Amino acid sequence: MSTAKVDRRVDHSHHFSSMDAEHEAGKQGVWLFMATEIMMFGGLFAGYFIYRFKFHDMYIAGGDSLDWKLGALNTLVLLFSSFTMAQAVTETMKGNNKKALKLVIITTLCALVFLVVKYFEYTAKIHHGLFPGFDLWNPDMDYISSKIRDVSILENTSPANLRLFYVLYFAMTGLHGIHILIGIGLMVWIMKRLKNNEFSPKYYTAVEGVGLYWHIVDIIWIFLFPLMYLI
Amino acid sequence: MSATDTHSHGGNYINCEKGLWSWLSTIDHKRIALMYFVSIMFFFLVGGLFAVLLRLELLTPEPLFMTGDMYNRAMTLHGSIMVFMVIVPGVPALLGNFALPIMIGAKDVAFPKLNLASWYCLMVGAIIAFLSLFWGGVDTGWTFYTPYSGRSADAVTMVVLGAFVMGFSSILTGVNFIVTVHKLRAPGMTMMRMPLFVWSLYATAIIQVIATPVLGITLLLLVFERVFGIGIFDASMGGDPVLFQHFFWFYSHPAVYIMIIPAMGIVSEVIATFSQKTIFGYKAIAFSSLAISAISFLVWGHHMFVSGQSALAGSIFSVLTMLVGVPTAIKLFNWVATMYRGNITLTTPMLYAINFLALFTIGGVTGLFLAAFNIDVHLHDTYFVVAHFHYTMLGGALMGFFAGLFYWFPKMTGRMYNEFQGKISAIMTFVGFNLTFIPQFIMGSQGMPRRYHTYDGIFTPFHVTSTVGSWIVASGFIFAIFIMARDMFKGKKCEEANPWGATTLEWTIPSPPIHENFKEIPTVTGRPYEYR
Repeated sequence: MSTAKVDRRVDHSHHFSSMDAEHEAGKQGVWLFMATEIMMFGGLFAGYFIYRFKFHDMYIAGGDSLDWKLGALNTLVLLFSSFTMAQAVTETMKGNNKKALKLVIITTLCALVFLVVKYFEYTAKIHHGLFPGFDLWNPDMDYISSKIRDVSILENTSPANLRLFYVLYFAMTGLHGIHILIGIGLMVWIMKRLKNNEFSPKYYTAVEGVGLYWHIVDIIWIFLFPLMYLI
Repeated sequence: MSATDTHSHGGNYINCEKGLWSWLSTIDHKRIALMYFVSIMFFFLVGGLFAVLLRLELLTPEPLFMTGDMYNRAMTLHGSIMVFMVIVPGVPALLGNFALPIMIGAKDVAFPKLNLASWYCLMVGAIIAFLSLFWGGVDTGWTFYTPYSGRSADAVTMVVLGAFVMGFSSILTGVNFIVTVHKLRAPGMTMMRMPLFVWSLYATAIIQVIATPVLGITLLLLVFERVFGIGIFDASMGGDPVLFQHFFWFYSHPAVYIMIIPAMGIVSEVIATFSQKTIFGYKAIAFSSLAISAISFLVWGHHMFVSGQSALAGSIFSVLTMLVGVPTAIKLFNWVATMYRGNITLTTPMLYAINFLALFTIGGVTGLFLAAFNIDVHLHDTYFVVAHFHYTMLGGALMGFFAGLFYWFPKMTGRMYNEFQGKISAIMTFVGFNLTFIPQFIMGSQGMPRRYHTYDGIFTPFHVTSTVGSWIVASGFIFAIFIMARDMFKGKKCEEANPWGATTLEWTIPSPPIHENFKEIPTVTGRPYEYR
């Protein structure tokens, strides 16, 4: 049905009774989708804990072999990007589309920095034979033992268990990385809309939704960082 | 309102626009429901074809026309198609999409574009899954248990990816329905004034949103396992195949309630309408739906009684599983109490609803047998289990589905199906169904294992009866689909909007409804079931 295009800055879609109602519905939809994200990562976290309890020593070895400094750098980058994203939402609510645009650009740059750091981490691990797939798994044990706190834990466990650590490391941070990529896509989309001045103090659902998404991606990393790199 | 007046040309949602593209690009929930109608019926016929072929093969103990490999592939396709493409999307995406917004006095679902996207997800997922046929087929069964599924034919990746994409369809529908129920009820339509079908869809949507992503990540890990050889579910690499079973059933057990709860909602509507009574125990039925969806998350371990979980875990899962029987029985008693001293008319939807009552009760009670830890060890992986879940899924979910299809048929199409022929189809499915699956209970309790291509000669009479039954039940469903397909175009036009004397909001508007359902959003003042 050729419903006339609605100017969302001042009006609501046909099936809602008011702009507020439409905004609330949109927000609730995003929250529910966030619940699915949490359940999806929840499966991986459950797997992480099960294997961690089963193969405790090897998980410590695995965690030590990661570069916590790079992890910490990425944590700071993401935390800062969450801050700029939150600012962008506030500015959109105030009607400053131009200012919000700049903040979203900064957020996107942070996301790119995160991915670049991750790229260097991944290539280093693959170089040392720590990618658990194809024929790439060929762990450089000298590299591992040079990294870990207490070399004696390597004596009575098998490298197969170390492999399970790296399976979950790559699966979880990889899936998280895909979410960062999707986030960049979403931010490009709202950048375009901010540039066209499509939002108003009464209509900013898309910016707020992307903001919520970005925060959840950030929060997942905040759990991943200590579980993978620190403990 | 800025929306243009859309009721000027054409009279209703079906003829207000023309051309294939107007359908493929529609965001009207009713048109999307009709697109689901066509696609799900197609999947149902394909899935049913495989079922009939399987039964035919089992006519004799020796191989008849299939090799063992072919049998396994046909069995996998039958299960995957019926679960992921027919029963899971069936009631919510088709009938729910059509009826839910109208029943709560809304013009559409909250996110119409997502609604269309979810149809496309189902189609893309289905195409990917069907493509597996050209890669040599899949022989893992619909459960894709590891480690076998990590190593068997290449096509497993395709089917698993297909199921992953179809999962998005389910999630998007669930998100849409929850928000619609919360945010788009008409003025005065409080939660406790919603029809029970809406309650059941709401309870289902909660499961869809919470459980489906876990299946998503499980299937994704299985794809990684196959593509990269990561070994997370492979014991030879330190992984744990039983973890896959935990993940899989954490979704797939709640998923069986995704399949059955909406059908229960349909039965609540149909029985009240054709008993010409207000539903008995409205609150009890509404809350028992929520109770089932809550308990559904705590019972997955009953699929794994023989997978080496501890006796303690098995006992706990056993007790929790039996708890599901309580809200289910509450529903059944309330339906029977509604019929008691009602003025019952045995129309086609009512016959299908009565089929549901009889068959689902058997399915539910045998479910209690299987929930009992020690009995299940004996019956596990036998035909008893096959018969049990066909009684709940085919006898329950699909009978309810067809009850709903016939019930809302005049509403959706503005035409009446042939009542006499409809009744014949209902009776055929009932007779054929029992003929097919009662022998399987007996065989199962005597030890006939499921998923086998051949069997011991002593089971021949049971298998022959079962195969003959499958012909009758298949003819019944094909006949029902034929009636609907024919009368969608050729049926007698409905003279009145409400041919049943039903008492919910959707029957107060014309059949078929106009493009945006209501010229003016109604204000609700009475309790549910008071639109007489």
